[in-house]
Amino acid sequence: MSSMEAGTTATLRVRPLSDSRVTTLVAPALFGVLVIGAWQLAVQVFDIDPFIVPSPRAIYDALVDSRASVWEGMRGTGRNALYGLLIGAVIGILAALVANAVPVIDQMAAPIVAALSVVPIVALAPALYTMFGAAANTARVIVAAITVIIPVYFNTLRGLRQVRVVHRELMHVYAASPVQIARTVTLPTAVPYVFTGLRIASSLAVIAALIAEYFGGPVDGLGKAITTAAASSNYPLAWAYVIGAILLGLAFYVVTLLVELRVARHQPGT
Amino acid sequence: MSRALRLLGRILLGTLGVLLLAGAWEAYKALGPSNGVLIGDTTVLPRTTDLAMPHVWEIVTKFSDPVNSFSGTDTVGSVVWSACLFTLKLSAIGWVIGVVVGLVLAVLMARFRLAESAMLPWIVLSQTVPLIAIAPLVRRWGSQIHIGGWVWSSENSVSVIAAYLAFFPVAVGALRGLRSPDATHLDLMHAYGVGWWRTLVKLRLPSSVPYLLPALRLAAASSVIGTVVAEVSIGLRGGVGRLIIEYAQSAGGDPAKPWAPILGAVAVGLVAAGAVGVIGLLCRPYRRGEAT
Amino acid sequence: MISSSTTESGTAVEVAGLSRVFPRRRGDDVRALEDVQLTVSQGEFVSLIGPSGCGKSTLLRIIADLDAPTAGSVTVFGKSAQQARLDQDYGIAFQQAGLLPWRSVADNVALPLELHGTGSRARKDRVAELLELVGLGDFARAYPDELSGGMQQRVAIARALAESPRLLLMDEPFGALDEITRERMQGELVRICAETGAAVVFVTHSIPEAVFLSDRVVVMTPRPGRIIDIVDSGPGDDGRRDDDFRDAAGFFHTVARVRELLHGGPGAHAVAAIRGVENR
Repeated sequence: MSSMEAGTTATLRVRPLSDSRVTTLVAPALFGVLVIGAWQLAVQVFDIDPFIVPSPRAIYDALVDSRASVWEGMRGTGRNALYGLLIGAVIGILAALVANAVPVIDQMAAPIVAALSVVPIVALAPALYTMFGAAANTARVIVAAITVIIPVYFNTLRGLRQVRVVHRELMHVYAASPVQIARTVTLPTAVPYVFTGLRIASSLAVIAALIAEYFGGPVDGLGKAITTAAASSNYPLAWAYVIGAILLGLAFYVVTLLVELRVARHQPGT
Repeated sequence: MSRALRLLGRILLGTLGVLLLAGAWEAYKALGPSNGVLIGDTTVLPRTTDLAMPHVWEIVTKFSDPVNSFSGTDTVGSVVWSACLFTLKLSAIGWVIGVVVGLVLAVLMARFRLAESAMLPWIVLSQTVPLIAIAPLVRRWGSQIHIGGWVWSSENSVSVIAAYLAFFPVAVGALRGLRSPDATHLDLMHAYGVGWWRTLVKLRLPSSVPYLLPALRLAAASSVIGTVVAEVSIGLRGGVGRLIIEYAQSAGGDPAKPWAPILGAVAVGLVAAGAVGVIGLLCRPYRRGEAT
Repeated sequence: MISSSTTESGTAVEVAGLSRVFPRRRGDDVRALEDVQLTVSQGEFVSLIGPSGCGKSTLLRIIADLDAPTAGSVTVFGKSAQQARLDQDYGIAFQQAGLLPWRSVADNVALPLELHGTGSRARKDRVAELLELVGLGDFARAYPDELSGGMQQRVAIARALAESPRLLLMDEPFGALDEITRERMQGELVRICAETGAAVVFVTHSIPEAVFLSDRVVVMTPRPGRIIDIVDSGPGDDGRRDDDFRDAAGFFHTVARVRELLHGGPGAHAVAAIRGVENR
């Protein structure tokens, strides 16, 4: 098959390899297995010190052995991330509704929103602990919430502006009240965009909650666990907690995706 | 004329917004309870002591105060300024690396559907890894690398981490953009006997511009965030991240001081995103028909 | 077949001295409509036909209160266009069906009823009635993305009829359909109008479509947009608007007359080159 035919247009010929169910699941799984296999091999062949990187086998063993505390860590970080996600989503959506209804507010808030969108969590965390007290989880929840507000706000605002002209004119012809217009057309049109924002925000919330743990606060959570394990040179365990963090982020993402599929079934995607 | 007026209006409104925020801060500080507002055991609104919430003007004037009590030392402002430049430089390097890696991956995934299926889920998953845990690791790995006389420095580690955050939006955005041409346009290229790589240059890359630009901007902001996180994690001297931690430790005696590098980090992020935004202005013809 | 002389007397739409100018930043203003005069009687079917830029859609939108004239007046059932819109005296069908993708077919048809406070029992009954009328009774629970273009357009027409309006405004509703579906839809529309007795103002690009459907064909021309002439159309008092009518001599005669007017032949004022009108 010449290179010209191979990838240019959609489907000139259907190759067995491009059966979609096979590719979406098998290909990445295979890729992952290959990488992990190569990793294991490298550690064994080059006799790499766990200080540099432990073998996948060692990490797996640590994960299995300490699964209870990994789970506890996931629950701790996950709780903060969840609160942050919910609070941030509500604030982000409300703020976008207000900014859409009153453009002046949108322009006044613009620099603050822009600043929040570039602020590193590590910068805010210490200040927030001072403001809210280092003994509680509040600062972590707030950090997660701020991380969530930004993508939810931007994407929701975008969605609110995507009403099609023909739908707008239809509402005008029906002499619909502003509330009716919002309920029947503006909000439903925005739903797919809100979910895009939530999907992005979901795993960001986990990372934010975890990073915030490095700067203070109570002892629960994966971040604290990673530091403790690394401090006592138990690198496979530290990596096991990192795996926990990845799984947590993945879980948040998948749940958000499932909620979206359930709620927005007949919506055209963004 | 009216465009200049509108721009002026937006600047004024933006400034008004910032002033209102400062006003709200001071108003809460004056009126709020010193222990903060509590619901049950949880503090939902911050404590209003001078320690927890320094006055806005204290934060502003802090920039011109000397860094410490020794005579003849620099002002906080100048220290933060140099740190910001340092961080900006590292994040720019990280951004460039991230953009190159992201584009290469995107082209690879656009060319081979199999590559896309195999790699994209892992690329998405890569962003769930907490960087702050990985940063020391990168430094350890880097310290093992000696090529000729060149030795890996901590600064390289920071740029790599910045690149790690930056490559993701570029890879995803570029992939979407490369796949965005209409089927009709692709058929046209095919009918002209144009191969995949030339189609890439003539059609896919130009039509990916509206997707690439926001991705590049996001990558710039992410690169700055990654740089600061890495600086904090590695404790790199000279960067804004290190200053944030340093000053936070002396927050007990000087509550306004930590806010200076925080604002500095924000400024670096805004400058980075803005600089990339300027690129967007140069690409006007490729953005016709862009959705708002 | 409803003709204006047999059923209700009275005017549905009255347009007098209507002008609409679109100002431009660079270049000349666009005179979309200039001094347009038109009366549509109740129960009458009137088509607006002409090349691109002749103002037919603009005229329809002004009647629908989606746009305002720069001079002249428009009254709908004796009221201003705005009042007629607020009183919901007309139904409208756009060229794009404009169905809400997150609502089922039944919920889309029910939309105006819902907005205007009809109770849910009455809504259900009316929606079932309307879907039967347009031949989509089995598709009440389907979603727009599951329907073809023609079916979506039928849903849009059912929606336009939901509140039994006395006036129907239609802006090239069949423009996006293929010829076969189009002819079928035209037959459906004739049947529906006979049953409901509504007046219709119908914008089209297609001469045979205009001649088939209308009691009168209003021929327009651009730059500035104005009416050249109005041609009577129909199979006569003893004929029916059906497929036989499409083959009748009178049909072709009227089509030829309209085409002549559009090309600026004898009986019409000299007009600029005609583009964009179908002659099939």
